[in-house]
Amino acid sequence: MSPVRELCEVLERRRVGEYQALTLAAPQIAATARPGQFVHLLAGEDRSFPLRRPFSIHRIERPGGPGGSVEVVFDVVGAGTRALAGLRPHDVVDALGPLGRAFDPPETPAGCLLVGGGYGTAPLFFLATELRARRCRVDFVIGAATAGRLLHAMEAERLGHSLTVTTDDGSAGRRGLVTDPLPELLAGTGAERVYACGPMPMLAAVSRVAAAAGVACQVAVEEQMACGTGICFSCVLPVGPGTPTRMARSCLEGPVFDGAAIAWAELGYPELEPAG
Amino acid sequence: MTVDLSADLCGVRLRTPVLAASGCFGFGREMAGWVDLAALGGIVTKSVSLEPRRGRPTPRVAETPSGMLNAIGLQNPGVEAFCAGDLRFLADAGATVVASLVGRTPGEFGQLADRLDGEPGVALVELNLSCPNVEHRGEVFATDPAAAAEVVRAVKQATSTPVLAKLTADVTDLVAVARAVVDAGADGLTLINTLLGMAVDVGRRRPRLAAVTGGLSGPAIRPVAVRCVWQVAQALPGVPIVGTGGVVTGEDAAELLLVGATAVAVGTGSFLNPRAVVEVAEGLERYLDAQGAGSPAELPAMFKAER
Repeated sequence: MSPVRELCEVLERRRVGEYQALTLAAPQIAATARPGQFVHLLAGEDRSFPLRRPFSIHRIERPGGPGGSVEVVFDVVGAGTRALAGLRPHDVVDALGPLGRAFDPPETPAGCLLVGGGYGTAPLFFLATELRARRCRVDFVIGAATAGRLLHAMEAERLGHSLTVTTDDGSAGRRGLVTDPLPELLAGTGAERVYACGPMPMLAAVSRVAAAAGVACQVAVEEQMACGTGICFSCVLPVGPGTPTRMARSCLEGPVFDGAAIAWAELGYPELEPAG
Repeated sequence: MTVDLSADLCGVRLRTPVLAASGCFGFGREMAGWVDLAALGGIVTKSVSLEPRRGRPTPRVAETPSGMLNAIGLQNPGVEAFCAGDLRFLADAGATVVASLVGRTPGEFGQLADRLDGEPGVALVELNLSCPNVEHRGEVFATDPAAAAEVVRAVKQATSTPVLAKLTADVTDLVAVARAVVDAGADGLTLINTLLGMAVDVGRRRPRLAAVTGGLSGPAIRPVAVRCVWQVAQALPGVPIVGTGGVVTGEDAAELLLVGATAVAVGTGSFLNPRAVVEVAEGLERYLDAQGAGSPAELPAMFKAER
C-alpha cells in the first residue's frame, strides 16, 4: 500500500512519564499502517523550513470510517520535538505515512520476545496487539536509564504473558541492561522470535544474544533522515549478506531489519556469532 | 488567458519548466507512488559514476536555518546498474530524464557520456562538476574554468545528447567559469549546486556531519541562486539556464525565471513535500496567469531590472 500525505488534526498531546505522546486524526494512515512502520511529521507552517521528524507508530485506532488515529511517543531532544511537544488539540500536523518496512509476524503462532529500550518501546505495543491477534505468546522485556523513562510498563504487563523490567540505576526492576536477562528469558519462554526497538548499542547487543541462541531477530532502527521517502540517501546503514556490504536506506528497506543482516562490525559493534 | 506551461530547454520540449533536481529525487523510481513521473518537467537523476559508490558515513544530514547540510557522498549503484534498472524504469514510465554524471577525471565523464549516448529515455545529460562532497577539492571541476571546460569537451566528443554543466557559486568569478564551459560546448547551465558549509554540535564539541563539511541547500541559498542566474544571464544572453536553489513554491520558481532561467529544479523542497515538483509547477501556472504571462519564456522580458 502506498503511503500518503495527510493533514492531521491533533486529538491529544499528553505526558507519558518523561516522554510526550501525540495522537493525530489520521484515517488514511491508520487504515493501512502496520507495526514497525513510521510517520514523518512536520508541525505548523513555519517559514524557517524545518525538516520532518520520523516517529514509529505506537498505537492506532481504526474504528472504521473517518475515525482512524495514530499515536506516537517521543522524547524532547531538540527544536523539532520541542515544537511537537507544544502542539495543542485542533492544531494541524502534516504527516507522511505509513512509511517503511513493518515487522514480519510469524506465519504460525509462535512465542515472541519483545525487547524495548526507552521510548524505543513505543512500536512494540502496536506489534504486541497484532501478535496476540495471531495467537502468539508475547513476553516483554523493557528497559530504560531510570524508572521515569520506562514506557507504559503497566500496559506491557497487561499485554504480555510476562514482563521483565530493567533500569540502569535500579530505580525499577532489575539493575542493569535490557539485554542482561535475555539469554535466560529466551531459554525460559522458548521464544522463536525476538523483536526489538531502542538505541543502536542495545539493538546490536540484542541481535548478538539472539544470534547466539539461534533465534530469529528483527530490530527497528532509528536513523537520522531528511525525506523519509527514499530520495535523500541520508538514513543509510550497512547491510549484508556478503562483502562488500550495501548502504541500505532505513526509510525504504527498514526501519525494520533482520538483526543478522546489519553489518554491526562496520558500525563499531562486535560481529554476531551465530549458534552452531 | 490560457497559460502554456511547456518550455524548451536546449531543444528539448519539457511539459513544464519545473524539474526535480539531482540528488533530491533519488533515481526517480522511489517517487512513482507520490507523483506521475511522466507529468513532471523532467527528472534529473542522482549522479551516476562509472563504478558504484558507497557514499559517506552517517550522520549525512544536519538541519540548519532555512535549509540543511548534506554530505551523502554521491552514493549510487554505478552506470551499468543504473542503465539496467532505474533508467529503464524511468523510460518505461514516460519520464523526461536528465542523467546526472559524476567522474573523477574528464576521461571518466567522457566514458559515462559515451555509455549513455543512445540509451532510450535520456533527454539531456547534466555534468555534476560541483558536488562539494568529494574526497579532494580538485574533483570540484567547476572551481576552475579550464578544468571545467576540459570535462565539457570530453563529454561533447562522446555524446550527441544536449549537455548541461552544473556549476557552483563557491567561486570568485562564476561568469568566467560559465563562459569557459559554454565556449567548450555546453548547451546549457545548471545554477547552482549546494554551497560548501559546516555546522558544529556545540554540546558534544564536534562537527554535526560525519564528513565534517557538507553542502548547504534549501531556501537559505535561494538569494545566492537568484544572484548567480542573474549575473550569468546578463553576461551570456541566450544560454539556457536551469535555476536551482531553495525552490519550494511557484513564486520561488518565478523568481529564478524572471532573472533569466529557462527552467528551474526543485531540490530540498521534495524532502519536505514529496509532491513539491508538481505543486511548484501548479503554483507557477497560477502566477503566470495572474501576471498575464502566456508562458514561462515570457517572464525574463517582463522583469524590470531597475527598482
